[in-house]
Parts: sequence; C-alpha cells; structure tokens
Amino acid sequence: MSQLVFDPSKVMPIDYTKRTEYLDGLEAFKAGRRVLKEIAYTPSLPDKGYNNRTLYVNVDSLEITEKPVTQQMKDVFIGGRGFGLYHLWNAVKPTTRWNDPENEIIISPGPVCGMTQYAGTGKSLVVSLSPQTDIPIDSNVGGFFGPLLKFSGFDALELQGKADRDVILFIDGVKGIIRVEEAPAGPVDSHVLGELLTHLYAENEADLPNVSVVTSGAAAEHSLIGMLNFSFYDRRRGCVRFKQAGRGGIGTVFRNKHIRALVVRGPKVAGDLNHPADPETIAKTGVKYHKEIREQDPHQCMMRRNGTAHIVEIMNAYDLLPVHNFQFGSHPDTHKIDSSYWQQRCTQATVDGCWYGCSMACAKGADGVVLKTGPYQGHMVTVDGPEYENAAGLGSNCGVFDPDALLELNFYCDTYGICTITYGTLTAFVMECYQRGILNLERTGGLDLTWGNFAADLEMMHQMARGEGFGKIAGMGVKKMKEHFIRNGWGDPQLINDIGMENKGLEYSQYMSKESLAQQGGYALTNKGPQHDEAWLIFMDMVNKQLPTFEAKAEALYYFPLFRTWFGLNGFCKLPWNDVVPADNSSQPEPQKVPEHVQNYVDLFTATTGIQITKEDLIMQSARVYNFQRVFNIRMGKGLRLHDAAPYRSLGPVTREEYESRAERYDKQIIDELGLDPAGKSTEEKMALHRTWRTGRFSKLMDSVYTRRGWTLDGVPTLARLQELGLDAFPEVVAVVKQHL
Amino acid sequence: MIVVNEEPLDWHEGMTVRDVLRAKNYRFPMLIIHVDGLLIPKPDYDTASVPDGAVVQVIHLISGG
Repeated sequence: MSQLVFDPSKVMPIDYTKRTEYLDGLEAFKAGRRVLKEIAYTPSLPDKGYNNRTLYVNVDSLEITEKPVTQQMKDVFIGGRGFGLYHLWNAVKPTTRWNDPENEIIISPGPVCGMTQYAGTGKSLVVSLSPQTDIPIDSNVGGFFGPLLKFSGFDALELQGKADRDVILFIDGVKGIIRVEEAPAGPVDSHVLGELLTHLYAENEADLPNVSVVTSGAAAEHSLIGMLNFSFYDRRRGCVRFKQAGRGGIGTVFRNKHIRALVVRGPKVAGDLNHPADPETIAKTGVKYHKEIREQDPHQCMMRRNGTAHIVEIMNAYDLLPVHNFQFGSHPDTHKIDSSYWQQRCTQATVDGCWYGCSMACAKGADGVVLKTGPYQGHMVTVDGPEYENAAGLGSNCGVFDPDALLELNFYCDTYGICTITYGTLTAFVMECYQRGILNLERTGGLDLTWGNFAADLEMMHQMARGEGFGKIAGMGVKKMKEHFIRNGWGDPQLINDIGMENKGLEYSQYMSKESLAQQGGYALTNKGPQHDEAWLIFMDMVNKQLPTFEAKAEALYYFPLFRTWFGLNGFCKLPWNDVVPADNSSQPEPQKVPEHVQNYVDLFTATTGIQITKEDLIMQSARVYNFQRVFNIRMGKGLRLHDAAPYRSLGPVTREEYESRAERYDKQIIDELGLDPAGKSTEEKMALHRTWRTGRFSKLMDSVYTRRGWTLDGVPTLARLQELGLDAFPEVVAVVKQHL
Repeated sequence: MIVVNEEPLDWHEGMTVRDVLRAKNYRFPMLIIHVDGLLIPKPDYDTASVPDGAVVQVIHLISGG
C-alpha cells in the first residue's frame, strides 16, 4: 500500500483567474431574443424538502402549467429519479421513441437536494427515453440548476414537445416569471453559451451565482450520445463551470427538441431553504461528517486533493484499468496520466466543489489550458476534471497517455455536449476495429485510428460536432456501429459483437469486469445499461473474495443497486458515502456498507422530511422505484433476460493476445474450475473452454440475481414482488407484468 | 507459507503486514486487515508481525466506482 505524497512545490504556477472570455456577443444576443410566451407565478420555498408542485412546459404548444405533487408520488417515488420515471411513464406510450414529441426530459432534484450542511447534496436526476437504448435513461448531475429550480418553487421540471426553432426556457424564481424565448442565432457549445447566458440573466455581478444554465453542444445535434451540462458559477475563479448529465444521450433529445438552453435564476442560497423538519440533527450530522473529511481524507483517498482520478494508479496496480478497449488491465505509461500528474496540473490554490457545503470538494479544475485544435484553437480555457472515468476512457482505453491531449479531449466532449464515458468506449472500439482491419483508412475517411493517435481522435470528435465523415458514424454509438459494420461485411460478426462494449445500447463505463463475475452482473443486470453507479463489486469479489457463492453475489447485486438508487431519489452524490470512511469503520459489522454513513443518510432524510425511516425502509424506497423502472423497460419492449446479455469481452478473453497476457491465471482456472489439464491444448482450445465456462456461470448468476430480486427467470418482477412493494396499486404496471407471466 | 485472501503467499522470517501488502501490490488506501481473525489498526501495519501459516484477510472497501 502506498500513499501519494503531495508536494506543493510541484503544482504548476498557472493563474486560475485567466481564460478567454465570450461576452462580446452579449448585447446582440440579448437584443435578438423574442418572447414567445411569458407567465407569472408565485415562487415558493420547499417545506420539509418538498414544494408539492412540479412545472410542465411544452416547448411546441408553449403550454406552461403547474402540477401537484400527490402524497402517493412522495410515498412511492420519493423524488429525483422516481419523479422522473413517474412523469415519463405518464407521458409516453410503448410505441414512443426518443425523437417523438411526447418524449420528455424531466429534471428533478429530490427532497434532500439543496441542503448545505452535509457533503454531496446538490444532485438532480435527469430522465428521458434514450436514443441509444429506447428505454428510460437516468443520469445524475451536480451543478446549481436542480437546487435553484427547487428553491424557485418546483420539485421537478417536465419538458415535452418539439419546438420548430431554438428556444430558451427562463425560470425567474425571484420575480416569479416563466418565459419561453426564441433564441437568436448564436453559440450552441456549452462553454460559450453557458457563460453568455449566465451573464445575460444575472441582474448584476453579485447575482451570478444565483443563475444556472443547462446546455448541450454541437455534437449532440449530430450524434445519439449527447449530454447535458449543468452550470455553476465559480466565484473564486470568476467563471462558469459545468457538471454533466452524461449517460444515454439526453443531450441529443434536448437538441432534437430545439431547446438551446434552460436558465434558472433562484434566490440567494442559504442553509435553511429546504425548511427541514429537524435542522438541529442536520447541522449535527454535517459537523460530524466535515470533521471526518478533514481528519481522514488526507490519509485515505485524498479526494479533496485529487478527486476521483486518485484511482487511476490503483486500477492500474490491480490490473483493472481498461486498456485498448478493455483488452488489458494495466499499461506501463499509466504514470503519465495518474493522480501524481493531475495533482500538479489541477489548480490546488482554490477550493473546488459543485454545490455549497460539500467538504469533499472533488470537482477539480485544470486552468490555463490553451487549445491546439478545433474551432477554439488558441483559446485559454478551464477544463473540469479529468475525473477517473475521463482519464481511463479517453486515455488508457484508447492508448492515449498524453495528459494535454486528455485535457483537450475532455474539454471538447464537454463543450460539444457528448458523454466522455461513451465517447471513450466507442473510440476504443473503433480503434480496435482499425487495428484488426475491420476499419481502414478508406472506411474512416482518412482517420488513422491507431492506438494513442489523439490527433485522429480529436478530428473524429470535431467531425462529430460538424456532422461529417466518420465522426458522424461514430456518433451513432457502439451498438449501431456494430450493426453498420456487420451490414457492410467489414468483419467477422462474432468478433465485432464480442469486442463492442455495450449492453442495452449503452456503452460500458471504465472498469475491467472480465475477472469479476459479480461486476459482470453489476454492469449487465442494470436497468439503464452498464454504468458503475448501481454496483461496483470488483474488489469485494475479485480481490477480497468476499462473494464466494452465487447466492453471495446475488445478495450484493440486490443490496448495492438498491442502496445506490436511493441517492438518486433524494439528491445525494454517491462519493461522500464511501470515498472516505470513519476512523472506526473497520471495526463495524459489514464495513463495506459504511454503516455510520448509512445511518447519516437515514437521519438526514428523516430530519428533512419529518418522515421517520430505518435503513431497511431506505432499501424498500429504492426497491419500489427500481422495480417500477424494470417494468417500464418491459413496457417499452425491453427489460427481459435477453436484453441483459453481456458482450463477451466483458466476461472473458476474446482474442489470443488477451488470453496469453494472462495465460497463467487462465490456465490455472482450467485446472481449478473445470478440472481439466491445459497442457497440450492450443490457445484457441483453451479460449473455447473458457468461453463455455464463463458464459455458463454468467447465466447462472442471472438466475440467482433474478431470484433474489423477486423476478422470474426471464427477468420479470413477479406479482408477489409488486404486491410486496405496493406497486399493485398501479393497474398499468400490473398489466405490463401479466403479459409476461 | 501464509494465505492472503484465499491465495498462498511465501512467508519469511520477520514478515510484517506491510510486507504482505508490498508482496501483493495492494496499494488501495482504504483497507481492513485481519491476521488470524485479529484486526490490525492502520498505524500498526509496519510493525504487526505475520506468523508462518497465518490466514490474512485484506478487505478493500468499495470506494471508486
């Protein structure tokens, strides 16, 4: 075990207040807007975490209405992702697709969101039908929009319809105005538009932190992988920064609806705006946690110093870092992009964080980045991150170990409005296709997609933003690219399917799962697709050996997805749960659950809402929403066992070189697990043995997990499970399930 | 010989918990370590001895992800 030592003298001397400004066009943009609809409303602040109303806006018909939040909504769906799924269910039909006008984008912050006394309480959840998966996607995001929306009087914002021209929705939670404006011609990319609109809608300099903007970017218009940027004004840097609702292509839906931006102007944030039932308990719990961060973080993950990038070197050391499209788990050049570099490159002279009161403060910023390519070549910008997922996805997985290139890729993903995780995984896929002759210079239009060629990588991204060339094909995502390559006869269909790392149409996030069966389930047996925010069990399973049986793995794949779902119902960030732990955590029962923090969450929910819950109730709250989402998937024609199938690259070695890179381990498994002698067998024969064994145990894992979750072996929640959760109160939910029992 | 997370590891005279972590390349900062069922506090990793035949459990907390 080693602890990275921070040497302040090595931090690069970069002035974090300097960057290119984009306010030249402010007056022209201001004058070019045209009001399409404006209504007055009565702003309000939450009572015990809820405003008890949501806002509906149809950007086509310009209908703007308030909807009540019923007791049943609160009891069953809690808020956040739950409210998003509830509204989306009511808005769409089984035949609705992502680009139909009835598809919605719902943003909901959750009852605890906006608290300032505890770390990681500024999250909101964005829900929509995904252009990549054709089922609901949920994406959690920091930044100020969700909390300010709530403090302007709404527990959720529903966006429906499709405008015939670009519009901006402005919610003024101080003056009580909601306005839909026609947006003049002008910027689309987030770093320009976000800065412009923040200054345009703020009343004065002091008002800048009270404005938050949701934008996407040019690449979201030409791809299916668009994401949304949620802004927050960084007072110390004097600039607008962003957090991302990345997964599943919601930015694509946003631009397809011709929404240029959402803007909220809320009241000045104070510690009591949620009007919690028990402020004393919230204050006490917060003080205890902040002390823990202060005392433990420097000896544990150093989140305040390094952010999530601290695990780059750890994943590499444990052979779990995705390298070359998830083929390998480590690389000798990783030290060039690990946290020993980022803690020197990211500004350390100012405190970071994407919501007030977050003492974990992991939103690191790299200032003074001068761009070398693209439409902003020569501009000096601040880049958020790179977080672990960006360093691994844009970096090691594509063989890019140049940190400056990583920052540029990260920047353009953000401002063009595309998901860094998705872009990283799809680029790793096309690069491997290029190495294996599935793609070539002719098929890529001249892009030399050799591992690590970041110049071609960046050009592909610029093409995506322009809607041109191979970049446009890449923007379809891995699933549709696989279909495209196979249809054109460009390679062996089985190989293409094996190495294309997507499940349900969503690209894998950046962990190597092939040596951990529990993590294979943690990715593939998710509701929305392979994202690590449900269950991250690699260490428990592969390193600790804590999950030796199928039943133990199934229990972990029951508890952790439900526990982590709960963060998204309430407006919490996951990181403060387990990226620092109390000093005595090791002596607690089930330390991997961090029991003291679980109790903190129980206490914070009760203290906010006045509703007494236990840690068991917490899991039941999540289970209702989780199972509702599963049924929603089934209603949309997916959500069954066949849709949980995993690409073989996520389960085991696809190629000869993968097998031989870990031959000792794999040969031993043939002896220990299969009772066979690998001696005398060719690599291909041994790979075939592994394939049979690994796919068989994954299928057995599915049986175990479905049974533990109260589902049939086809992955359908049983009527008994629906009754247990109270979901039988919704006849439409029962009707969907009955068709499959 | 000792057993670390169910895998054998060569033992040597004077072996400490820190030696085990080095040998296994366990670099993760949040660990819970038991030697023959006894919890070893983090400040004692450099000095806590690991006897021959010991069963060592090194729990990595979840973090990350």
